Amino acid sequence: MVTASQALASNIDVSNEQMDTIEVENLVIEFALDNAFFKRQYMRAVNGVSMTIKAGEALAIVGESGSGKSTCARALTRLYKPTAGMLRLNGQDINCPENLISQEALAKQIQMIFQDPFGSLNPVHTIRHHLYRPIRIHLPHLSGQELEDYMLATLERVGLSPASQTAGKFPHELSGGQRQRVAIARALATGAKFILADEPISMLDVSIRLGILNLMGDMKDEGIGFLYITHDIATARYFAERTGVMYVGHMVEWGNSDAVTQTPQHPYTQLLISAVPEVGRKRDNNSSKDHSKNQIPLWTSESKGCPFAGRCPKVSQVCQDRMPDVTQVAEDHFVRCFALAR
Amino acid sequence: MLSHPFVKFLGRFYRGNTAAILGSVIIATVISMSAFASLIAEHEPNKRVARGHQPPSAEFLLGSTRSGKDIFSQVLHGGQTSLLVAFSASAITTLIAVAVGISAGYFGGRVDEFLMSLTNVVLVFPQLPLLIILAAFIGQVGPLVIALIIGLSSWAWGARVIRSQTLAIRNKEFILAAEVMGESKWRIIFVEILPNLISIVVGGAMGTCIYALMAEAGLEFLGLGDPTIVTWGTMLFWAQSNSAFVVGAWWDMVVPGAAIAIFGGGLALLNMSIDQISNPKLKTGGYIKTWRRMKAEVKAKRAAQ
Repeated sequence: MVTASQALASNIDVSNEQMDTIEVENLVIEFALDNAFFKRQYMRAVNGVSMTIKAGEALAIVGESGSGKSTCARALTRLYKPTAGMLRLNGQDINCPENLISQEALAKQIQMIFQDPFGSLNPVHTIRHHLYRPIRIHLPHLSGQELEDYMLATLERVGLSPASQTAGKFPHELSGGQRQRVAIARALATGAKFILADEPISMLDVSIRLGILNLMGDMKDEGIGFLYITHDIATARYFAERTGVMYVGHMVEWGNSDAVTQTPQHPYTQLLISAVPEVGRKRDNNSSKDHSKNQIPLWTSESKGCPFAGRCPKVSQVCQDRMPDVTQVAEDHFVRCFALAR
Repeated sequence: MLSHPFVKFLGRFYRGNTAAILGSVIIATVISMSAFASLIAEHEPNKRVARGHQPPSAEFLLGSTRSGKDIFSQVLHGGQTSLLVAFSASAITTLIAVAVGISAGYFGGRVDEFLMSLTNVVLVFPQLPLLIILAAFIGQVGPLVIALIIGLSSWAWGARVIRSQTLAIRNKEFILAAEVMGESKWRIIFVEILPNLISIVVGGAMGTCIYALMAEAGLEFLGLGDPTIVTWGTMLFWAQSNSAFVVGAWWDMVVPGAAIAIFGGGLALLNMSIDQISNPKLKTGGYIKTWRRMKAEVKAKRAAQ
């Protein structure tokens, strides 16, 4: 039996290349549902997820709302504490209590970009303040004119020119796309090696999405590793080398982006791809493959079986009993589904 | 000096903002007139200088009380004590409300539970009856005791409002971004959260200021304060007990009442403008002026052609 982590690990060969990677191993995150003193109820937002992010590469995580994508990213920045599992930055456990990496040291390596460009900048501060803070914290040797120059250079780097004018503006004076560029500049200003992009383009106008994606692509070419969280499987293929599909806290299919999107094996991935509207395809009554009326399950530590069983068109008895093992369908393409193993 | 950020900030705040200028002028006038009362008013506030109930005249600008004291001098000197009580009560209230509200909202969990149960206990104190009982129990209380009583018993509302606003801001992504960036907790509270709360903090402070002014006047009007100290409240108390209205000496009652109303109005005007700091979107004046100027330029060009 191959566990998810072993399958992933064997493929990227962790042992000799430990620098400049983020590894997530069997991550489990539970949230309390109530505030009871005894017998507190927990829901399992992330269950046994493993992944690796390498510098200069992008890993896309695709899935619907509530599938635990953002929770994984937030665990990597220590906003959430993992219930179980291991998070490693360059081979070092980031939650190890004996040898704790300080939040600043972690922040210097890992930064986040958020979904809402209107909520991610403080409305009472200028753009200059937003960029000064990360530089002051992480590059304390810069001051005065050097600091200002570095800040302006960072703004230019994300395409916000003239930078000196932009720096004096307040967030409400910028458009959504410009704000998202400021958010990217803020993440870059720390000199971060990894950027966790939590649906960075889903709230932007369609016409400026590609600009932001291409900007992130340039950053990737400069050696920054991305975790790209999205609903949109099409942009995942466009931007990311590898793609993982999550459903209710489980990674159900992962591998090379082209393989996952061109030859989807898991019924859920197939459903996601069928949901992408194509130019030229007419609407018909069969355009949606999701005919199930079942709810998305609330996963707890007692839940068993495959989380997708309730909605799956290929469901069988065994799907209700245990989570399927990992099947390797191609060189870099893994699926957890009983329909394939049979 | 002129390039100091705070001076620049004040410049931006007042430019084209009529309400802020008017409010500040009213407040500044009232405060400075009270502060320099002994220089402005030629008569002593507690001395008999005229016959009883003289109407306003050149010598006694606002008339005299029944016992022949100069009302102009009384309202200026009384302002010193009344404003001191109002400001110190509001300062105590705001400090406690901000400390309790932001800590509860930002830290959450056990801290929140403890602070909110404390707040709820204070919240159910009936304030005016409590003030009356305390004032009656201590005897005729001085203005500073009144300020303390008001300050320590009226922070609960503000704390709850600030907590709920903090909760709303706490989950905004810019706070998460600051946490991810490695900002310290205190910096997040004071630099990222507090400026967003400035309108409700200052609004609350000004509201409490007005409330404290009224509560103090109310207590003294009911005869629970020290009637030998001149304040706007004791002036009303004496006017009432001497039936000023009934005998037609309206100035005796209207003057301290108007003083309270004018000062409260000034605070309210300034308060409206302060909303624009925490929500710069409200600030449209500058743009409208620019557009008007541009329109005028275009018109002038057309006329010239």
